[in-house]
Amino acid sequence: MSVELIPLAVLMFLVTYPSRALGLLTPWLDRLPRVGFDYLQLVGPAVLASLAAVSVMVATDDAGTPSFHVGIEWVAVLACLAVTAWRRNLLLGLIAAVGIVVIARATGLAALPA
Amino acid sequence: MSQSTVPPAEALAASRRRVLVDAAGIAASALGFGFVYGLSAREAGFSPIEAVAMSVIVFGGAAQFAAVGYVASGLAWPGIVLLTGLLNARHLLYSAALAPWLTRVPIVRRAVMAHLLTDEAFALSIGHFRRLGVTDEWGYWIGAIVSTFIPWNLATLAGVLLGGQIPDPARFGIDIIFPSAMIGLAAGLLTGRREVVAAAVGAGVGVVVALSTSPAIGIIAGGLVGPAVGLLVPTRFAAETAPLGSPASADRFLMPGSHVQSPPDDPDTRAGAAP
Repeated sequence: MSVELIPLAVLMFLVTYPSRALGLLTPWLDRLPRVGFDYLQLVGPAVLASLAAVSVMVATDDAGTPSFHVGIEWVAVLACLAVTAWRRNLLLGLIAAVGIVVIARATGLAALPA
Repeated sequence: MSQSTVPPAEALAASRRRVLVDAAGIAASALGFGFVYGLSAREAGFSPIEAVAMSVIVFGGAAQFAAVGYVASGLAWPGIVLLTGLLNARHLLYSAALAPWLTRVPIVRRAVMAHLLTDEAFALSIGHFRRLGVTDEWGYWIGAIVSTFIPWNLATLAGVLLGGQIPDPARFGIDIIFPSAMIGLAAGLLTGRREVVAAAVGAGVGVVVALSTSPAIGIIAGGLVGPAVGLLVPTRFAAETAPLGSPASADRFLMPGSHVQSPPDDPDTRAGAAP
Protein backbone atom coordinates (compact mmCIF):
# COMPACT_ATOMS: atom_id res chain seq x y z
CA MET A 1 0.00 0.00 0.00
CA SER A 2 1.43 3.37 -1.06
CA VAL A 3 2.65 5.79 1.58
CA GLU A 4 4.25 8.24 -0.84
CA LEU A 5 1.81 11.04 -0.01
CA ILE A 6 2.39 10.93 3.75
CA PRO A 7 5.38 13.30 3.54
CA LEU A 8 3.13 15.63 1.56
CA ALA A 9 0.61 15.48 4.40
CA VAL A 10 3.39 16.43 6.82
CA LEU A 11 4.39 19.38 4.64
CA MET A 12 0.77 20.48 4.42
CA PHE A 13 0.59 20.28 8.22
CA LEU A 14 3.73 22.41 8.52
CA VAL A 15 2.14 25.23 6.53
CA THR A 16 -1.27 24.84 8.16
CA TYR A 17 -0.36 24.63 11.83
CA PRO A 18 1.23 28.09 12.09
CA SER A 19 -1.92 29.80 10.88
CA ARG A 20 -3.92 27.91 13.49
CA ALA A 21 -1.43 28.43 16.29
CA LEU A 22 -0.09 31.94 15.80
CA GLY A 23 -3.14 33.63 17.21
CA LEU A 24 -3.41 31.25 20.14
CA LEU A 25 0.27 31.08 21.05
CA THR A 26 1.72 34.47 20.17
CA PRO A 27 0.66 38.03 20.92
CA TRP A 28 1.83 39.74 17.72
CA LEU A 29 -0.97 38.77 15.37
CA ASP A 30 -2.85 41.95 16.18
CA ARG A 31 -0.10 43.86 14.37
CA LEU A 32 -0.71 42.17 11.01
CA PRO A 33 -1.86 44.88 8.55
CA ARG A 34 -5.57 44.95 7.85
CA VAL A 35 -4.97 44.40 4.16
CA GLY A 36 -3.25 41.13 5.05
CA PHE A 37 -6.36 39.87 6.84
CA ASP A 38 -8.53 41.05 3.96
CA TYR A 39 -6.41 39.20 1.41
CA LEU A 40 -6.51 36.01 3.49
CA GLN A 41 -10.28 36.23 3.71
CA LEU A 42 -10.50 36.26 -0.09
CA VAL A 43 -8.09 33.40 -0.73
CA GLY A 44 -10.57 30.67 0.19
CA PRO A 45 -13.33 31.60 -2.29
CA ALA A 46 -10.79 32.28 -5.06
CA VAL A 47 -8.86 29.01 -4.71
CA LEU A 48 -11.98 26.88 -4.35
CA ALA A 49 -13.74 28.54 -7.29
CA SER A 50 -10.61 28.18 -9.39
CA LEU A 51 -10.40 24.49 -8.56
CA ALA A 52 -14.05 23.90 -9.40
CA ALA A 53 -13.90 25.85 -12.67
CA VAL A 54 -10.71 24.20 -13.89
CA SER A 55 -12.09 20.77 -12.92
CA VAL A 56 -15.21 21.08 -15.07
CA MET A 57 -14.06 23.38 -17.87
CA VAL A 58 -10.59 22.09 -18.68
CA ALA A 59 -9.93 18.58 -19.93
CA THR A 60 -6.53 17.16 -20.71
CA ASP A 61 -5.70 14.49 -23.25
CA ASP A 62 -3.22 11.67 -22.76
CA ALA A 63 -0.38 14.00 -23.70
CA GLY A 64 -1.47 16.48 -21.04
CA THR A 65 -2.65 19.10 -23.53
CA PRO A 66 -5.50 21.13 -22.03
CA SER A 67 -8.70 21.86 -23.95
CA PHE A 68 -11.98 23.60 -23.19
CA HIS A 69 -14.69 21.20 -22.08
CA VAL A 70 -18.44 21.74 -22.16
CA GLY A 71 -20.74 19.16 -20.61
CA ILE A 72 -23.38 18.21 -18.10
CA GLU A 73 -20.80 18.81 -15.39
CA TRP A 74 -21.38 22.55 -15.79
CA VAL A 75 -25.06 22.14 -15.05
CA ALA A 76 -24.36 19.90 -12.07
CA VAL A 77 -21.84 22.26 -10.51
CA LEU A 78 -24.07 25.30 -11.04
CA ALA A 79 -26.98 23.39 -9.50
CA CYS A 80 -24.83 22.56 -6.50
CA LEU A 81 -23.88 26.22 -6.17
CA ALA A 82 -27.51 27.33 -6.37
CA VAL A 83 -28.83 24.74 -3.91
CA THR A 84 -26.00 25.34 -1.45
CA ALA A 85 -26.51 29.10 -1.52
CA TRP A 86 -30.29 28.74 -1.27
CA ARG A 87 -30.52 26.10 1.48
CA ARG A 88 -27.14 26.80 3.13
CA ASN A 89 -26.57 23.08 2.98
CA LEU A 90 -23.70 21.65 0.98
CA LEU A 91 -24.86 18.07 1.31
CA LEU A 92 -28.10 18.94 -0.47
CA GLY A 93 -26.09 20.68 -3.15
CA LEU A 94 -23.93 17.62 -3.67
CA ILE A 95 -26.97 15.37 -3.87
CA ALA A 96 -28.46 17.64 -6.54
CA ALA A 97 -25.24 17.66 -8.57
CA VAL A 98 -24.76 13.92 -8.40
CA GLY A 99 -28.43 13.34 -9.23
CA ILE A 100 -28.23 15.47 -12.36
CA VAL A 101 -25.14 13.70 -13.62
CA VAL A 102 -26.44 10.22 -12.84
CA ILE A 103 -29.76 10.85 -14.60
CA ALA A 104 -28.12 12.51 -17.61
CA ARG A 105 -25.66 9.69 -18.07
CA ALA A 106 -28.22 6.97 -17.45
CA THR A 107 -30.60 8.41 -20.05
CA GLY A 108 -27.89 9.02 -22.61
CA LEU A 109 -28.17 12.81 -22.46
CA ALA A 110 -24.54 12.95 -21.41
CA ALA A 111 -21.63 10.68 -22.13
CA LEU A 112 -19.51 9.03 -19.50
CA PRO A 113 -16.16 10.80 -19.09
CA ALA A 114 -13.29 9.29 -21.04
CA MET B 1 -14.80 39.35 29.13
CA SER B 2 -13.75 37.85 32.41
CA GLN B 3 -12.38 34.37 32.12
CA SER B 4 -12.22 33.87 35.87
CA THR B 5 -15.93 34.45 36.37
CA VAL B 6 -17.90 31.28 37.02
CA PRO B 7 -21.13 31.26 35.02
CA PRO B 8 -24.41 30.26 36.69
CA ALA B 9 -24.79 26.49 36.69
CA GLU B 10 -28.07 26.62 34.75
CA ALA B 11 -26.58 28.87 32.06
CA LEU B 12 -23.53 26.65 31.77
CA ALA B 13 -25.65 23.51 31.45
CA ALA B 14 -27.96 25.12 28.91
CA SER B 15 -25.08 26.37 26.78
CA ARG B 16 -23.35 23.00 26.92
CA ARG B 17 -26.56 21.30 25.81
CA ARG B 18 -26.71 23.73 22.94
CA VAL B 19 -23.12 22.91 22.00
CA LEU B 20 -23.97 19.21 21.99
CA VAL B 21 -27.00 19.70 19.78
CA ASP B 22 -25.05 21.85 17.32
CA ALA B 23 -22.14 19.42 17.49
CA ALA B 24 -24.45 16.55 16.53
CA GLY B 25 -25.50 18.38 13.37
CA ILE B 26 -21.92 19.23 12.49
CA ALA B 27 -20.83 15.66 13.19
CA ALA B 28 -23.44 14.38 10.75
CA SER B 29 -22.13 16.78 8.14
CA ALA B 30 -18.52 15.78 8.88
CA LEU B 31 -19.49 12.14 8.44
CA GLY B 32 -20.97 12.89 5.04
CA PHE B 33 -18.09 14.97 3.81
CA GLY B 34 -15.44 12.74 5.31
CA PHE B 35 -16.97 9.88 3.35
CA VAL B 36 -17.07 11.95 0.17
CA TYR B 37 -13.46 12.99 0.74
CA GLY B 38 -12.49 9.34 1.14
CA LEU B 39 -14.24 8.51 -2.13
CA SER B 40 -12.58 11.42 -3.95
CA ALA B 41 -9.17 10.53 -2.56
CA ARG B 42 -9.64 6.96 -3.72
CA GLU B 43 -10.59 8.22 -7.17
CA ALA B 44 -7.41 10.30 -7.30
CA GLY B 45 -5.29 7.28 -6.43
CA PHE B 46 -4.70 7.84 -2.73
CA SER B 47 -4.15 4.67 -0.72
CA PRO B 48 -6.24 4.26 2.46
CA ILE B 49 -3.21 5.08 4.61
CA GLU B 50 -2.49 8.23 2.61
CA ALA B 51 -6.09 9.42 2.74
CA VAL B 52 -6.36 8.84 6.49
CA ALA B 53 -2.95 10.39 7.11
CA MET B 54 -4.18 13.54 5.39
CA SER B 55 -7.25 13.61 7.61
CA VAL B 56 -5.27 13.10 10.82
CA ILE B 57 -2.19 15.18 10.05
CA VAL B 58 -3.61 18.02 7.98
CA PHE B 59 -7.18 17.89 9.33
CA GLY B 60 -8.49 20.58 7.00
CA GLY B 61 -11.47 19.63 4.86
CA ALA B 62 -11.20 22.19 2.07
CA ALA B 63 -7.43 21.86 1.85
CA GLN B 64 -7.72 18.09 1.73
CA PHE B 65 -10.34 18.19 -1.03
CA ALA B 66 -8.15 20.65 -2.87
CA ALA B 67 -5.11 18.41 -2.42
CA VAL B 68 -7.03 15.62 -4.10
CA GLY B 69 -7.49 17.89 -7.10
CA TYR B 70 -3.89 19.07 -7.05
CA VAL B 71 -2.54 15.53 -6.95
CA ALA B 72 -4.93 14.42 -9.68
CA SER B 73 -3.88 17.35 -11.90
CA GLY B 74 -0.22 16.58 -11.38
CA LEU B 75 0.65 19.74 -9.47
CA ALA B 76 4.15 19.57 -7.99
CA TRP B 77 4.42 19.35 -4.21
CA PRO B 78 5.77 22.89 -3.70
CA GLY B 79 2.68 24.21 -5.45
CA ILE B 80 0.42 22.02 -3.33
CA VAL B 81 2.11 23.19 -0.16
CA LEU B 82 1.88 26.84 -1.21
CA LEU B 83 -1.81 26.60 -2.02
CA THR B 84 -2.52 24.67 1.16
CA GLY B 85 -0.84 27.36 3.20
CA LEU B 86 -2.87 30.05 1.47
CA LEU B 87 -6.14 28.15 1.71
CA ASN B 88 -5.69 27.42 5.40
CA ALA B 89 -4.44 30.89 6.23
CA ARG B 90 -7.99 31.85 7.12
CA HIS B 91 -7.40 30.02 10.39
CA LEU B 92 -5.28 33.01 11.40
CA LEU B 93 -8.52 34.90 11.70
CA TYR B 94 -10.12 32.23 13.84
CA SER B 95 -7.14 31.88 16.15
CA ALA B 96 -6.90 35.64 16.53
CA ALA B 97 -10.59 35.82 17.46
CA LEU B 98 -10.36 32.95 19.95
CA ALA B 99 -7.06 33.97 21.54
CA PRO B 100 -8.47 36.41 24.11
CA TRP B 101 -10.80 33.69 25.40
CA LEU B 102 -8.04 31.13 25.85
CA THR B 103 -5.16 33.08 27.34
CA ARG B 104 -5.46 31.26 30.68
CA VAL B 105 -5.43 27.81 29.14
CA PRO B 106 -1.97 26.19 29.61
CA ILE B 107 0.17 26.63 26.51
CA VAL B 108 0.53 22.90 25.86
CA ARG B 109 -3.23 22.50 25.68
CA ARG B 110 -3.47 25.58 23.49
CA ALA B 111 -0.90 24.02 21.17
CA VAL B 112 -3.12 20.95 20.85
CA MET B 113 -6.18 23.14 20.44
CA ALA B 114 -4.49 24.84 17.51
CA HIS B 115 -4.19 21.64 15.50
CA LEU B 116 -7.90 20.99 16.01
CA LEU B 117 -9.00 24.50 15.06
CA THR B 118 -11.43 24.27 12.15
CA ASP B 119 -14.31 26.35 10.85
CA GLU B 120 -16.66 24.20 12.90
CA ALA B 121 -14.62 24.22 16.13
CA PHE B 122 -14.38 27.98 15.90
CA ALA B 123 -18.09 28.33 15.30
CA LEU B 124 -19.16 26.10 18.18
CA SER B 125 -16.68 27.40 20.74
CA ILE B 126 -16.96 31.13 20.04
CA GLY B 127 -20.72 30.84 20.19
CA HIS B 128 -20.50 28.96 23.49
CA PHE B 129 -18.06 31.44 25.03
CA ARG B 130 -20.11 34.42 23.96
CA ARG B 131 -23.36 32.97 25.24
CA LEU B 132 -21.71 32.41 28.62
CA GLY B 133 -19.58 35.54 28.60
CA VAL B 134 -16.73 33.44 29.97
CA THR B 135 -14.41 30.70 28.75
CA ASP B 136 -15.55 27.10 29.12
CA GLU B 137 -12.81 24.92 27.65
CA TRP B 138 -15.18 21.94 27.52
CA GLY B 139 -17.05 23.64 24.69
CA TYR B 140 -13.92 23.86 22.58
CA TRP B 141 -13.05 20.19 22.93
CA ILE B 142 -16.58 19.11 22.07
CA GLY B 143 -16.55 21.33 19.00
CA ALA B 144 -13.11 20.23 17.90
CA ILE B 145 -13.01 16.53 18.68
CA VAL B 146 -16.52 15.13 19.05
CA SER B 147 -18.16 17.11 16.28
CA THR B 148 -15.38 17.05 13.74
CA PHE B 149 -12.12 15.17 14.32
CA ILE B 150 -13.60 11.77 15.17
CA PRO B 151 -16.38 11.66 12.56
CA TRP B 152 -14.16 13.16 9.85
CA ASN B 153 -11.48 10.53 10.30
CA LEU B 154 -13.84 7.59 10.67
CA ALA B 155 -15.75 8.65 7.57
CA THR B 156 -12.53 9.17 5.59
CA LEU B 157 -11.56 5.60 6.33
CA ALA B 158 -14.99 4.32 5.36
CA GLY B 159 -15.01 6.30 2.11
CA VAL B 160 -11.58 5.26 0.96
CA LEU B 161 -12.23 1.61 1.78
CA LEU B 162 -15.76 1.35 0.42
CA GLY B 163 -14.92 3.48 -2.62
CA GLY B 164 -13.00 0.57 -4.03
CA GLN B 165 -16.16 -1.52 -4.03
CA ILE B 166 -17.95 0.78 -6.49
CA PRO B 167 -17.53 -0.85 -9.93
CA ASP B 168 -18.01 2.14 -12.26
CA PRO B 169 -17.68 5.38 -10.27
CA ALA B 170 -18.50 7.73 -13.18
CA ARG B 171 -21.86 6.04 -13.68
CA PHE B 172 -22.73 7.03 -10.12
CA GLY B 173 -21.50 10.59 -10.55
CA ILE B 174 -18.58 10.20 -8.18
CA ASP B 175 -16.40 12.34 -10.46
CA ILE B 176 -18.70 15.33 -10.04
CA ILE B 177 -18.45 15.32 -6.25
CA PHE B 178 -15.07 17.03 -6.15
CA PRO B 179 -15.82 20.14 -8.25
CA SER B 180 -19.28 20.39 -6.67
CA ALA B 181 -17.81 20.25 -3.18
CA MET B 182 -15.29 22.93 -4.14
CA ILE B 183 -17.91 25.34 -5.47
CA GLY B 184 -20.21 24.59 -2.52
CA LEU B 185 -17.46 25.29 -0.03
CA ALA B 186 -16.68 28.50 -1.90
CA ALA B 187 -20.34 29.51 -1.67
CA GLY B 188 -20.13 29.15 2.10
CA LEU B 189 -17.33 31.71 2.14
CA LEU B 190 -19.12 34.33 0.02
CA THR B 191 -19.95 36.91 2.64
CA GLY B 192 -19.70 40.05 0.54
CA ARG B 193 -18.98 41.47 -2.91
CA ARG B 194 -15.22 41.22 -2.49
CA GLU B 195 -15.53 37.47 -2.00
CA VAL B 196 -17.81 37.18 -5.03
CA VAL B 197 -15.34 39.13 -7.18
CA ALA B 198 -12.39 37.10 -5.86
CA ALA B 199 -14.21 33.84 -6.62
CA ALA B 200 -15.34 34.91 -10.11
CA VAL B 201 -11.92 36.26 -11.06
CA GLY B 202 -10.23 33.24 -9.51
CA ALA B 203 -12.39 30.92 -11.61
CA GLY B 204 -11.94 32.93 -14.81
CA VAL B 205 -8.20 33.39 -14.45
CA GLY B 206 -7.84 29.76 -13.43
CA VAL B 207 -9.54 28.49 -16.60
CA VAL B 208 -7.78 30.90 -18.99
CA VAL B 209 -4.33 30.19 -17.55
CA ALA B 210 -5.06 26.47 -17.38
CA LEU B 211 -5.96 26.41 -21.07
CA SER B 212 -2.83 28.30 -22.04
CA THR B 213 -0.44 26.46 -19.72
CA SER B 214 -1.65 23.61 -17.53
CA PRO B 215 -4.47 23.01 -15.02
CA ALA B 216 -2.04 23.08 -12.10
CA ILE B 217 -0.67 26.52 -12.99
CA GLY B 218 -4.18 27.77 -13.68
CA ILE B 219 -5.32 26.81 -10.19
CA ILE B 220 -2.42 28.66 -8.60
CA ALA B 221 -2.95 31.73 -10.78
CA GLY B 222 -6.66 31.86 -9.97
CA GLY B 223 -6.00 31.46 -6.26
CA LEU B 224 -3.47 34.26 -6.17
CA VAL B 225 -4.97 36.77 -8.62
CA GLY B 226 -8.60 36.45 -7.48
CA PRO B 227 -8.02 37.86 -3.97
CA ALA B 228 -5.86 40.69 -5.32
CA VAL B 229 -8.66 41.78 -7.65
CA GLY B 230 -11.22 41.31 -4.88
CA LEU B 231 -9.29 43.79 -2.74
CA LEU B 232 -9.87 46.42 -5.42
CA VAL B 233 -13.56 46.53 -4.50
CA PRO B 234 -13.87 49.64 -2.33
CA THR B 235 -14.81 48.95 1.27
CA ARG B 236 -17.99 51.00 0.96
CA PHE B 237 -19.20 48.69 -1.83
CA ALA B 238 -18.02 45.46 -0.22
CA ALA B 239 -21.30 44.83 1.66
CA GLU B 240 -19.47 42.45 3.98
CA THR B 241 -21.95 40.53 6.13
CA ALA B 242 -19.85 38.01 7.99
CA PRO B 243 -16.08 38.58 8.08
CA LEU B 244 -14.19 35.45 9.06
CA GLY B 245 -13.47 35.34 12.76
CA SER B 246 -16.60 37.26 13.67
CA PRO B 247 -19.70 35.89 15.42
CA ALA B 248 -21.64 36.29 12.18
CA SER B 249 -19.08 34.06 10.53
CA ALA B 250 -19.45 31.50 13.32
CA ASP B 251 -23.20 31.51 12.81
CA ARG B 252 -22.78 30.25 9.25
CA PHE B 253 -21.43 26.93 10.44
CA LEU B 254 -24.16 26.17 12.96
CA MET B 255 -27.33 24.26 12.30
CA PRO B 256 -30.10 26.10 10.49
CA GLY B 257 -32.34 27.81 13.01
CA SER B 258 -29.67 28.28 15.65
CA HIS B 259 -27.97 31.60 16.19
CA VAL B 260 -24.97 32.87 18.05
CA GLN B 261 -26.14 35.66 20.32
CA SER B 262 -23.78 38.54 20.92
CA PRO B 263 -24.09 40.49 24.17
CA PRO B 264 -25.51 43.91 23.27
CA ASP B 265 -22.56 45.70 24.86
CA ASP B 266 -20.00 43.50 23.19
CA PRO B 267 -18.70 45.01 19.93
CA ASP B 268 -18.23 42.85 16.91
CA THR B 269 -15.16 40.68 17.20
CA ARG B 270 -13.16 41.11 14.06
CA ALA B 271 -9.85 39.28 14.05
CA GLY B 272 -7.10 41.56 15.18
CA ALA B 273 -9.49 43.55 17.30
CA ALA B 274 -10.87 40.77 19.46
CA PRO B 275 -12.46 41.51 22.87
